[in-house]
Amino acid sequence: MAINYMNPLFEVVRDPDRCIKCRVCERQCANEVHHYDPDLDRMISDETTCVDCQRCVTLCPTRALKIRPNENQFRENGNWSQQIMDEVYKQAGSGGVLLSAMGNPREYPVYWDKILLNASQVTNPPIDPLREPMETKTFLGKKDQSISYDENGRPVFEKNPYLELDVPIMFSAMSFGSISKNAHESLARAAEELGTYYNTGEGGLHKDFYKYGANTICQVASGRFGVFKDYLDAGAAIEIKMGQGAKPGIGGHLPGMKINEEISKTRMIPKGTDAISPAPHHDIYSIEDLRQLVLSLKEATNWEKPVIVKIAAVHNVAAIASGIARSGADIIAIDGYRGGTGAAPTRIRDNVGIPIELALASVDQRLRDEGIRNNISIVVGGSVRCSADVVKAVALGADAVYIATAALLAMGCHLCRSCNTGKCNWGIATQRADLVKRLNPDIAYKRLVNLVHAWDHEIKEMMGGMGINSLESLRGNRLMLRGIGLTQKELDILGIMHAGE
Amino acid sequence: MIIDAKNMQYAELNNMIRNSDEEKFTLENVLGQRYIGAGLSGKEILIKGTPGNALGAYLNGAKISVHGNAQDATGDTMNDGAIIIHGNSGDTTGYAMRSGEIYVQGNAGYRVGIHMKSYQEQFPTIVIGGKVGDFLGEYQAGGIIVVLGIGVEGCPVGHFCGTGMHGGEMFIRSDVKPEGLPVQVCCNVATPEEKESIRHYVERFVKHFGNDVDTLLSSNFFKLTPNSASPYKQLYVNNL
Repeated sequence: MAINYMNPLFEVVRDPDRCIKCRVCERQCANEVHHYDPDLDRMISDETTCVDCQRCVTLCPTRALKIRPNENQFRENGNWSQQIMDEVYKQAGSGGVLLSAMGNPREYPVYWDKILLNASQVTNPPIDPLREPMETKTFLGKKDQSISYDENGRPVFEKNPYLELDVPIMFSAMSFGSISKNAHESLARAAEELGTYYNTGEGGLHKDFYKYGANTICQVASGRFGVFKDYLDAGAAIEIKMGQGAKPGIGGHLPGMKINEEISKTRMIPKGTDAISPAPHHDIYSIEDLRQLVLSLKEATNWEKPVIVKIAAVHNVAAIASGIARSGADIIAIDGYRGGTGAAPTRIRDNVGIPIELALASVDQRLRDEGIRNNISIVVGGSVRCSADVVKAVALGADAVYIATAALLAMGCHLCRSCNTGKCNWGIATQRADLVKRLNPDIAYKRLVNLVHAWDHEIKEMMGGMGINSLESLRGNRLMLRGIGLTQKELDILGIMHAGE
Repeated sequence: MIIDAKNMQYAELNNMIRNSDEEKFTLENVLGQRYIGAGLSGKEILIKGTPGNALGAYLNGAKISVHGNAQDATGDTMNDGAIIIHGNSGDTTGYAMRSGEIYVQGNAGYRVGIHMKSYQEQFPTIVIGGKVGDFLGEYQAGGIIVVLGIGVEGCPVGHFCGTGMHGGEMFIRSDVKPEGLPVQVCCNVATPEEKESIRHYVERFVKHFGNDVDTLLSSNFFKLTPNSASPYKQLYVNNL
């Protein structure tokens, strides 16, 4: 047998004084790390398959378990890290392309953390959000540039289709397939209660969820899975997915073994067949072609729904956004390089794309410079982690944000980054019935609602501190931002001054 | 209902069709109006002239006949219905089509039938009378594509036919095997039984545009199917 060069990433530490051999850990672990040895009368661990999802630790009734990084390390090397060495071993053993999940985990700069917010002192009083009305409602869509009047001199409002958000936070695209039905239900119900939207991803819409249509964004991607008239009509908006932050320039491939009965129905493909989303839309080679898809979707839905075009933040994102703003789309969604995914080639996830903060600042500036900023709303995602990130995004020019990783965390995800195995112990990124039922939508949806409500309170508090009582007054208000520890070039791109200036 | 589409914008034209209670429409003097019949069901449209791009996109059961040529993206993501073109058709005809039928009397452009798929009783069909460009049936996942090559010298399909094909089948009437087939595609001379399996489609073609079914079927056909020995797949290794 060939030698397995792999060094387990984690070790399972079991306190023998606390362990009562109840075997909960064994039943909870889909990776089969734990088992009971009747001869020894104790629990045994095989940490080679452990992904540090913390399920066993969390459910151990006596808190007897700890998962920690494996102390056994390869010889230290500043250049050849253990991770890089592991990856070489994996590829030498398999010949395969490395496949990872969730967002880019590498230590690139997080610009949100290098931006500070302003607060009012003396001259412009802060506002107490508990005492005074604060507005975080936002509208997404094309804003009219001129007013026309009827013969009686009354203004005529030609309504462009729009989305109305009670909070400037939406749940980003995650397909049924990449996440479970219970996870989808939780997102849908939370969106409904919060007065915001969730996004089907490119996997179609389950029949049970058509009732949440008023809070649903239906995605159309290159594979066109589950796309037909009823689906397009079901949602409040249609999103054309051109790209995704975790894997710009890459298509998707849901392996046949994950296409079970229910997923087969929503994607409208036979059970057990591969679902391949090609990297490009094969009818889109230009902005003109994009315009054709945008308008064909509008035409098919009687011009009643706003169309979102989602792209990954890449080097020339500003020029691309300028094209999209002229394509007839109502909203542009930009996904930064830290955005999550159910599966992406590791090298793509970790090396392609740019930070959302820089992409947002340059897109907003470009659209303003060209006088077309009001043609389109901007939604950003790709690692918006907390309410402060939301406030900074809005001040940099975003109309709203998309969250997904934070939403998964709210439902219990522990970011073990193993979605691609389909064995999510938290019942989120899996289709195994025994695992899916671990996620209770009644609880998970409430946790999502809690999270967004809490963020909304914090957003109001931060806005109030700046003496701002509506999101509209914060939007693009870069004077409220200062950089810390940034170079002049970075400050220029962000369009902000340095702290102290 | 007869509509004179001369100088009419596409939105107005489509609105008239959508909002009318009538079921049958004849559009005259059509010249480049896009998205005709987008998402439409339960109606019949006869088009005289040249419809624009994305004719019958997301078509949901309506029937469209064109007396003239169709442009690009005809029948994009079509879910059901029929598009009969008495002329030629442009690129990406039948992109991601899930069901229904597209019959083209003449030639069609590049990437015809790309990502065509089938589901349960939904089964899409594309029949082209003449020849097609490169990348026919790229990423094909289901359904059937028939290229009859009537009056065509040599092979009636272009290069890279069936790239990424992982379902469905194609029949190409030709004495010459298509060139530059990717490894994901199996290409065999169709047996008499296999040729019989497409008789229904050839009959429908002949019904629309004339010709002789038995003469067409007596020619040599190549049958293309996904190569299960060399599937369209990237080899991955989990990197957690």
